[in-house]
Amino acid sequence: MPSKGLLLRILEHDTGGKIFLSLLAVVAVLVSVLNLAVPEGSPLHVSTYTVTLLGKYLCYALLAVALDLVWGYCGILSLGHAAFFALGGYCMGMYLMRQVGDRGVYGNPDLPDFMVFLNWTELPWYWFGFDQFWFTMLMVMLVPGVLALVFGWLAFRSRVTGVYLSIITQALTFALMLAFFRNEMGFGGNNGLTDFKELLGFNLQNDVTRVGLFLISALTLAVAYFVARYVVNSKLGRVVVAVRDAEDRARFIGYKVESFKLWIFVFSAMLAGLAGALYVPQVGIINPSEFSPLNSIELVVWVAVGGCGTLYGAVLGALLVNFAKTYFTGALPEVWLFALGTLFVVVTLFLPHGLVGLLKRRRKKATLNEAPT
Amino acid sequence: MRRDFILSLWRGRLRVFALAALSALLGWSSAWAEQSTAIDLAAELQQFKDGSFDDKARIVASLESSGDERAIAILKSLLAGVLYYRKHDERVVIVKETDDGYQLSDVLNGESLGDVERRDVKKIPINNALRGQLRGALARLSLSHKNPAVRLAAVKEIIKDIDAETVPLLRQALTKEADDKVLEALRTGVAMMDVGSDDKAVRLAAIKNLGETLLPEARQHLQALVEPDGEADAAIRLAATQALAQIESRRQVYGFLETVFFGLSLGSVLLLAAIGLAITFGVMGVINMAHGELMMLGAYTTYVVQLLMPGHIEYSLLVAVPAAFLVAGLVGIAIERGVIRFLYGRPLETLLATFGISLLLQQAVRSVFSPLNRSVETPAWMSGSLEINSALALTYNRLYIILFSLLVFAALLLILKKTSLGLQVRAVAQNRDMAKAMGIRTQWVDALTFGLGSGIAGVAGVALSQLTNVGPNLGQAYIIDSFMVVVFGGVGNLWGTLVGALSLGVVNKFLEPWSGAVLAKILVLIFIILFIQKRPRGLFPQKGRAAEG
Repeated sequence: MPSKGLLLRILEHDTGGKIFLSLLAVVAVLVSVLNLAVPEGSPLHVSTYTVTLLGKYLCYALLAVALDLVWGYCGILSLGHAAFFALGGYCMGMYLMRQVGDRGVYGNPDLPDFMVFLNWTELPWYWFGFDQFWFTMLMVMLVPGVLALVFGWLAFRSRVTGVYLSIITQALTFALMLAFFRNEMGFGGNNGLTDFKELLGFNLQNDVTRVGLFLISALTLAVAYFVARYVVNSKLGRVVVAVRDAEDRARFIGYKVESFKLWIFVFSAMLAGLAGALYVPQVGIINPSEFSPLNSIELVVWVAVGGCGTLYGAVLGALLVNFAKTYFTGALPEVWLFALGTLFVVVTLFLPHGLVGLLKRRRKKATLNEAPT
Repeated sequence: MRRDFILSLWRGRLRVFALAALSALLGWSSAWAEQSTAIDLAAELQQFKDGSFDDKARIVASLESSGDERAIAILKSLLAGVLYYRKHDERVVIVKETDDGYQLSDVLNGESLGDVERRDVKKIPINNALRGQLRGALARLSLSHKNPAVRLAAVKEIIKDIDAETVPLLRQALTKEADDKVLEALRTGVAMMDVGSDDKAVRLAAIKNLGETLLPEARQHLQALVEPDGEADAAIRLAATQALAQIESRRQVYGFLETVFFGLSLGSVLLLAAIGLAITFGVMGVINMAHGELMMLGAYTTYVVQLLMPGHIEYSLLVAVPAAFLVAGLVGIAIERGVIRFLYGRPLETLLATFGISLLLQQAVRSVFSPLNRSVETPAWMSGSLEINSALALTYNRLYIILFSLLVFAALLLILKKTSLGLQVRAVAQNRDMAKAMGIRTQWVDALTFGLGSGIAGVAGVALSQLTNVGPNLGQAYIIDSFMVVVFGGVGNLWGTLVGALSLGVVNKFLEPWSGAVLAKILVLIFIILFIQKRPRGLFPQKGRAAEG
């Protein structure tokens, strides 16, 4: 089959990717079956809470892949990727708000509750269209994409690089956070968007819907992984890596460095938006704190822990760190920030290539040791 | 004549009550006056107890003419009905009602004499004639008090509710007054009455006088004249309109100055926050995301210093500044030696590692001091405000912070330009290898430079503790702003940081009135993002070889 051939060709020399995708498929199937088919009393039953939690992790993993594309492959350390994630989330949140219809507390068929509360009489113009699912999905990609396009065009054109870029991306997400905190923006202010009822007619509280969202997240992550792998393996990907390693040299050879950077930045922002859109229906809320600079930086540490520039490392890091976060915030909330802080320091000092780099080094050492005998 | 006057005073009851309250401010200020008058006063007071009302009137008159500063407080308490005498020793006392009885204090020096039952004391009675006399005496005493601030406050109280009976007092005071501000207030008061006179020339002159003052009452009076049904005479209306326009334009000027002042004070806070960063980021090229947390440590140091010296809040800041410098500086050196020195030349990794450190410091403070905000006291000399005129008042804490930030800036500039450490810092920043070849211990210089930048962050924290809440998140609020300032001003340029901080502060404050505080901040951020597009190296870019690093 040609399509299978293509997929395999994409994964050529990508052992980590193969392992990750197989595991992802196994876990996705196993978790859905154990949740839906196994009765609740059974020790093998996976609770819906766990399914949603895993779905959330998969969204984070997708976000981490998006960041790895720009950071690991293009050397752009964006400290504002949470902004793209949150924007995608807000688009989805707006759709879900419109789906609530007249079942809100105030029973207004057009206006979400918070607008009724603010005494608004009509929907702001930017809310139009969000009652259509196709339009929403378009916007989920377009809004972050266009923001990344404008911002990236301005930044790369004037050759803002390195740390400067990191800081202004951080300022970007900070400014957005402040803006979304304002009630006048029409996005629910401090509380954000919440109390969702259903998605495409499926009740969001149902187990089946939850499992469905989990499976869709897994599928999206897998597809995004393939696409991202394809992109980095392509000629474009090679140029992007060249830009990362020696920007001036790539420019002097004749590549339009800005266009390559912009392309990968926009693509990454769209992936982040998609991750946000999958995240919101599972978590059930989107509020301005998703924009907070801390989130973006935490995202960077997921990628760093896993090992940047490998894609599957980003996934591994996102899953591990978030698992640790869930564990610590539940069991030892005091310790979590200590752990996270230490993680930052330890990873940058001792694991420059993350866990994946550690494994690779081990293996290389092992083969070196074996070679003489 | 005098009798009429006193009676009329008695009508303006509320007004003089306010006056009396104010005179309490100065009541006990001179508790340790000469012993002889004290005895005199005490003897006079003792007669209050059982004298007739005529006797009391005589005593009040003699108290007024005694020139003793404590007279005001005594008359005030007599008027307010809190002057009592103790039954067992007939001593005249001031009482304060509490939940379970009366709290006594000495009339002359305010010394506390303990609590008693209600039946142990007896009130000294006064009648209406006496009340009128008391009010007149109090007003005259306040208006002729030797402290201009007291006189000014008294005049302001009077003109809040001026009427024909109080004007003669003001006219009389006008002839003796020497202080400009009090003179202005007195003239305003008189003019406010004259506006209502029958003589047109007097009215016009009064309107002219009113146009030259900024007191809000003057404006109200003028406004009443220009209202559609206010005044029939066209010439008067015109004069009043002009006078109002004059007031308005002057108010605008002062409003502008006030905004500039607020902007400068915000800018100086930004400057304090950014100036340490200008060293670590600008000179060394190290992105220190824990900079805000070093400021937080400085603020907490202030808190701890105040805990350690509870009786001496006035001096606590003087101790806190060097203490915070040391604490934050030492922590900074530890960070540099422990983490950053392994990451030179890898800015992105430095950013991540220092961010991790900032999380550690935050959580450490949370664990040690609790996640709640701590309250840091403001010394008396920093509270209150400097009143330039009634349209412009500059609060002392902001004023001191502007001065302090400029002082810190100047000190830093001196260190970098005039000391050997500064020379070495600049040498290492420009060409590390060459500096090393010349015998500079670059590692040592790195640690000291980082410690200097961190120490200044700590000092900034002391200043911030006087303006905002001291909590674990204190630093986060400023870190992005201070990076913006450094990037805006031009990395590696202290003057750029100064200009950047002050101009961002002023711009922010000018945007605030028409866009709201949050939007103003967003607009400034967007402006900087766009500005960096135009000038990626800030307002004052570094030139030459150092710029290439």
